[in-house]
Amino acid sequence: MAAEAPSLRRSLPARGWRLFGRWGGAAWEYAPALVLLAALVGLWELFVQVLDTRPYILPAPSAIWEALLDKGHLLPNHIQATATEAILGLLAAAAGGVLLAVVISSIPLARRVLYPIIVTSQTVPAIVLAPLLMVWVGIGLESKLIVVALVGFFPIVVSTVDGLASADRDMVALVRSMGASRIDELRHVLIPSAIPGFFAGLKIAAAYSVIGAVIAEWVAAKEGLGIFIIRSQASFRIDQIFVAIGVIALLSIALFVAVHLLARVASPWKYANEKGENGS
Amino acid sequence: MLEAAVAIRGLRHTFPGDRPVEVLDGVDLEAAPGAFVSLVGPSGCGKSTLLQVLAGLLVPDAGESLIEGRSTVGEPGLAAYMPQKDLLLPWRKAIGNAVLGAEIAGVGKEAAREQAMALLERFGLTGFESAWPSQLSGGMRQRLALLRTFLVPRHLLLLDEPFGALDAITRREMHQWLQEVWATDARTVLFVTHDVEEALILSDVVYVMTPRPARMAARFEVDYPRPRRPEIVTDPAFVADKARLLAALDAPTQRQAGVPTPPPRWDRLRACSEKPADEL
Ligand SMILES: Nc1ncnc2c1ncn2[C@@H]1O[C@H](COP(=O)(O)OP(=O)(O)O)[C@@H](O)[C@H]1O
Ligand SMILES: [Mg+2]
Repeated sequence: MAAEAPSLRRSLPARGWRLFGRWGGAAWEYAPALVLLAALVGLWELFVQVLDTRPYILPAPSAIWEALLDKGHLLPNHIQATATEAILGLLAAAAGGVLLAVVISSIPLARRVLYPIIVTSQTVPAIVLAPLLMVWVGIGLESKLIVVALVGFFPIVVSTVDGLASADRDMVALVRSMGASRIDELRHVLIPSAIPGFFAGLKIAAAYSVIGAVIAEWVAAKEGLGIFIIRSQASFRIDQIFVAIGVIALLSIALFVAVHLLARVASPWKYANEKGENGS
Repeated sequence: MLEAAVAIRGLRHTFPGDRPVEVLDGVDLEAAPGAFVSLVGPSGCGKSTLLQVLAGLLVPDAGESLIEGRSTVGEPGLAAYMPQKDLLLPWRKAIGNAVLGAEIAGVGKEAAREQAMALLERFGLTGFESAWPSQLSGGMRQRLALLRTFLVPRHLLLLDEPFGALDAITRREMHQWLQEVWATDARTVLFVTHDVEEALILSDVVYVMTPRPARMAARFEVDYPRPRRPEIVTDPAFVADKARLLAALDAPTQRQAGVPTPPPRWDRLRACSEKPADEL
């Protein structure tokens, strides 16, 4: 019996689910949220059926499902366009954000000059910026990418700067006592210390990146979920707009989860004890 | 004459601030090459501060701090320094932490790794080379920090209370173990502790510091034959010598009561020889 001490932190049903592996555990963890969501959708259906709401005001979930089956074949191209913009924009935000964070952290003057500008830049809404960018760089991929990057780089800069500042000063002193250069300090202590902060910022950026791309597409685009919404709206297909909303939500969650998994891969030491790797 | 491994003369330092802290008030110390020298003093007297000056991390207000004739002021990297906290880098596995100093000192990655692997058994870390620091026990973390310090290619080791956080039993084991390691390595060691028994067991020379602002209160030469077994602590000669060391530690408290500081009892006490104490 005592060969393996039962974990007291997990309830019994959770351990049952864990027989099905990591995903079984995850399913159990999110089961309450899924149940609530299903209940809300059920109430919605009931509400629409009982009050006999006009479909161009509020369609029933069943009508939305039908719209998905009906027009679903149009979606892959739009999804691909929006996802490409979101992912490339996110990469640009990450690269620019990290570079800026390193500059701000290592040069006090840069901090005083750049930080206020960066904060001010966040007061300009993406919806205002998007049309300007269309004028300046055209309606292609670039303008969308820039909107996504501008929305995403702020949380990345802020949390990476905080991460760099959170580095243990004694650890910096230790490597300095070993004769380390500034580059060595950055490489061995400062950058690894900033990894959790960087990913926290990247998660926020990922959650907003799809919305950023959609907003940019509203202004002008050939393809993408934003333009799909505009067209649906023009033909009073509210059910299709709801389909798009659902797809945007799933896409955002997928990106968020991808970043979360990336963070685990990039900071294995944070999860070492969880897996019991090399334990005892 | 052989050049001293460490020479400190008239070292003074005050930490500035609203309420300046006068820490070092003219400290002198000398260590011969290959000697094991301990530094004993009450908590907060400035032992760590002194090691930081030798590690090149702190610029003193006045005085000389030389390692093999070179000034350490503003020049880190002349000694292998082990701070009071183990400061293992959480993002490096045990082996990665072990080779950190060697790597920064320019020893090739592969060569450093080989050296570390060869020493793993001696440091009681066999089989744990790919464990994360958070998976190691307190004693193992301490030995790993020591291994990292040993692998820094310098003639002088600066060890700041390396066993301070360990329980009494582990500490006794570590004393035996450190003697063995040091016997085959034969580098100069400057060992900080507030434990007089530990200092007597391990050292060739023990310096006793006064409370803050610190000076040297006494210097003892310890010439028990080596290796020194744990049972030595019950030897009447050892007990008597320990009493003299404690007396030297307590004496300067009178200074704070207004009695002028006596000159340090330099070499006047030759403790721990077989001959009965002819002084005192
Ligand atoms: N960076 C610092 N700024 C101000 N005071 C300090 C600083 N570092 C140490 N001190 C003070 O200097 C004194 C000596 O500290 P330390 O050398 O760490 O003592 P020890 O190692 O002997 O216990 C203590 O009173 C401590 O509070
Ligand atoms: Mg100390």
